[in-house]
Amino acid sequence: MAEFIAWVLVLAIAAYACAGGTDYGAGFWDLLAGGADRGKRPRWLIDHAMAPVWEANNVWLIFVLVIMWTGFPTMFQAVFSAMWLPLALAAVGLVLRGAGFALRKPTRRLAQRRIYGAMFAISSLVTPFFLGAVLGGIASGRVKVGTTASTDAWANATSVLVGLLAIAATAFLGAVFLCSDALRFGAHDLVDYFRVRALIAFGAVVVLALIALPVTHDDARYVWDGLTEGLGLLLIILAAVCGLATVLLLLRRSHGWTRYTSVASVALTVGAWGCAQRPYVLPTSLTVAEAAGAAHTLRWLVIVTAIAIVLVGPALVVLYRLDTMGELEELTDSDTGAVRATGDNL
Amino acid sequence: MFSTAVLLASTPDQLLPARELMAFTLASHILLVPFGVALPFITLLMHHRGLRRNDAVALKLARRWSAVMAVQFAIGIITGTVLSFEFGLLWPGMMGRWGDVFGLGFGVEAWAFFLEAVLIAIYLYGWRRLKPWTHFWLAVPLPLAALMGAFGIIAANSWMNTPQGFRLDAQGNPVDVDVRQAIFTPMFGPEYWHFVVAMLLTAGYVVAGVYAVGWLRGRRDRYHRLGFTVPFTVAAILTPVQFMLGDSAARAVFHKQPIKFAATEIVWKTDTHVPEYMFGRLNSDGTISGGLRIPQLDSILAGFKPSTQVTGLTSVPAADRPTAVQATIAHWAFDIMVTIGSLLILLALWYAWSWWRHRDNPRGRWFYRCAAIAGVACLVTVECGWITTEVGRQPWIVYQHMRVSDAVTDTAAGSLWAMLGIVIVVYVAVFGAFLAVVLKMRTRWRIADEGSGAASAGLPEADTPYGPRSETEPAASGHTSGGAS
Repeated sequence: MAEFIAWVLVLAIAAYACAGGTDYGAGFWDLLAGGADRGKRPRWLIDHAMAPVWEANNVWLIFVLVIMWTGFPTMFQAVFSAMWLPLALAAVGLVLRGAGFALRKPTRRLAQRRIYGAMFAISSLVTPFFLGAVLGGIASGRVKVGTTASTDAWANATSVLVGLLAIAATAFLGAVFLCSDALRFGAHDLVDYFRVRALIAFGAVVVLALIALPVTHDDARYVWDGLTEGLGLLLIILAAVCGLATVLLLLRRSHGWTRYTSVASVALTVGAWGCAQRPYVLPTSLTVAEAAGAAHTLRWLVIVTAIAIVLVGPALVVLYRLDTMGELEELTDSDTGAVRATGDNL
Repeated sequence: MFSTAVLLASTPDQLLPARELMAFTLASHILLVPFGVALPFITLLMHHRGLRRNDAVALKLARRWSAVMAVQFAIGIITGTVLSFEFGLLWPGMMGRWGDVFGLGFGVEAWAFFLEAVLIAIYLYGWRRLKPWTHFWLAVPLPLAALMGAFGIIAANSWMNTPQGFRLDAQGNPVDVDVRQAIFTPMFGPEYWHFVVAMLLTAGYVVAGVYAVGWLRGRRDRYHRLGFTVPFTVAAILTPVQFMLGDSAARAVFHKQPIKFAATEIVWKTDTHVPEYMFGRLNSDGTISGGLRIPQLDSILAGFKPSTQVTGLTSVPAADRPTAVQATIAHWAFDIMVTIGSLLILLALWYAWSWWRHRDNPRGRWFYRCAAIAGVACLVTVECGWITTEVGRQPWIVYQHMRVSDAVTDTAAGSLWAMLGIVIVVYVAVFGAFLAVVLKMRTRWRIADEGSGAASAGLPEADTPYGPRSETEPAASGHTSGGAS
């Protein structure tokens, strides 16, 4: 049962990496979109593409936390004690990001929009880095039960590399999705704009992964071995295949499947990491079985999860379908009957 | 078991900043909760009215409330996410030991919240292109999802108040967890209904308060009348209900958490014929300064007769009960909540009497002045209710099973103070910006209504409620709307 819950946790992390990651990536490109004039079109697209789905995308994170503390309370305690600072900063980043994005839209003054936009974009970079650094610290065995917070837990080679990989992967996902969104919204000039960026981001992922291979060999030995043999290796290869397929499709300008292949590559990578870490939740000090909460609770967690899938699944499908069909559009000023107030300059 | 000999003096340095940080973030988040839970419901009421009666004004109100909801829900999500992080960042000891006993409530909450986020996205972004009734019905599960989310949170909190559903082994670790017992704890029912109704009530009074202010400023059109009447009616109907629920919650505390009850009523010694103090301060020697003393009343309220025995604070060692200052804080919070609640009953009666006699809202300016304050007062009661339950439980984080000081993180006090500073700055900025944005929206709407009031009075918004529109660029929409005036 604990094993099963551990896989649910990996799945939830994968879902957050894909759904949340796409949002972070959009924020990344918002940051690099340039000045107010040059960045107007990409930012417009980012705003429109993200708005209906970003809240749902980010709820995955709450679900990850809940499974952690309900299913593996000792692991939750250990991670949050050892990784205090990066997690605290990630939380602050989440606040600034969400607030920046939500407040930018109804603002009609350029100066204020810039501030909110900067808040949103910079924290879109910082938050995945810290979350990635936490994963890196866990994978390299720096978190044990009773470890107190230290800089080394997250400011080490593996953590930094995983953090950077997280940023690169989100940028890749974001660009691929924005590419399809540009097509959907009929903004054809932006299709190529994001296509190039998706390819660059994929290049960055590959480069970082190649650097990570020798660097993490000794630092995160257990996970390194897990990723280079057996099921872990198989999933990594599949992830690489999906990633390359995305690149090929992008190069051939056939955007119908790119979203699925890019999501698959990220999800498979997370899955490979989960595989490589078996049977540990904290390599190499705490196993899934040792960390597991009460058996009765785990059973109920499965039941609650099953009910939730039945309830949330269809709703999520409806949301994504309506969104991709272009049925979801935000209320405009004419819908709510608003006019310009003094000082508005947009 | 935890040593009961832990002295208050030995509390770790990081306890104070950790508590302040939790208190600050929760106090901020809880201000948005009423709207997250109840604004969709009130908006749907208005929406239904608009569709059913083909009422353009009602639809306009529903659409504007949606626009506010979009921003408010986002801020609510992020401040709520911070709280989940804080369980680990501040209270790892509680989650590590008890996470698998009471964490499942959060599991229910997480999924309910997920559903809410999905449905609210469909609702907020469905106005323009979905068919009117499809759009409405897709949002109907929203209030139910909100109730489910509240269920999870309150299940967890009421478990902290009356923990059960486990057995302690020789080392003091919880074993034999029974999830059903852990979710449906004795305090769950009273706390849940009290909370849900409080949320509906608060959202109703706050929204109505906005239009009461408009009314006082002379904007007495149908728009303001409707915007006031619908939410105010919801709140007014629920006010007496809430009074009963609050009363039964207090009595549940009396039975299940006698020491907390003693703190909220500043009862020092266990006794019968206990007097009730309105306000007043408990000194550390057990005397009470100030306050209005009503003989016998506390016993009567607790058990309906003067001979009811009320447990006093001194029935347990000093280390196991709130300090005199904490008791005074809980007592004041409780009394403020009860006072405001009683005044709101009078307001609701005023409203009911006017409808009974005149089939209309009261006309006097004083009614609208009171109604305008009622929303703010309600937010105060929400804070007070939360302070009562949390401060009254001290020094326990898990009532009689784990002290707050045993749950706190090992992170150095300095880091926590620094983080508290950062969080205060960020929250003040975010909430300030949020308020500014909402007020700006209001200004834009008011200018539009005043400008077009005369011109478009005979022009129902035939084209506006639903249906596709070609312009989607934000830059364009600002100009097109200007043409309405």
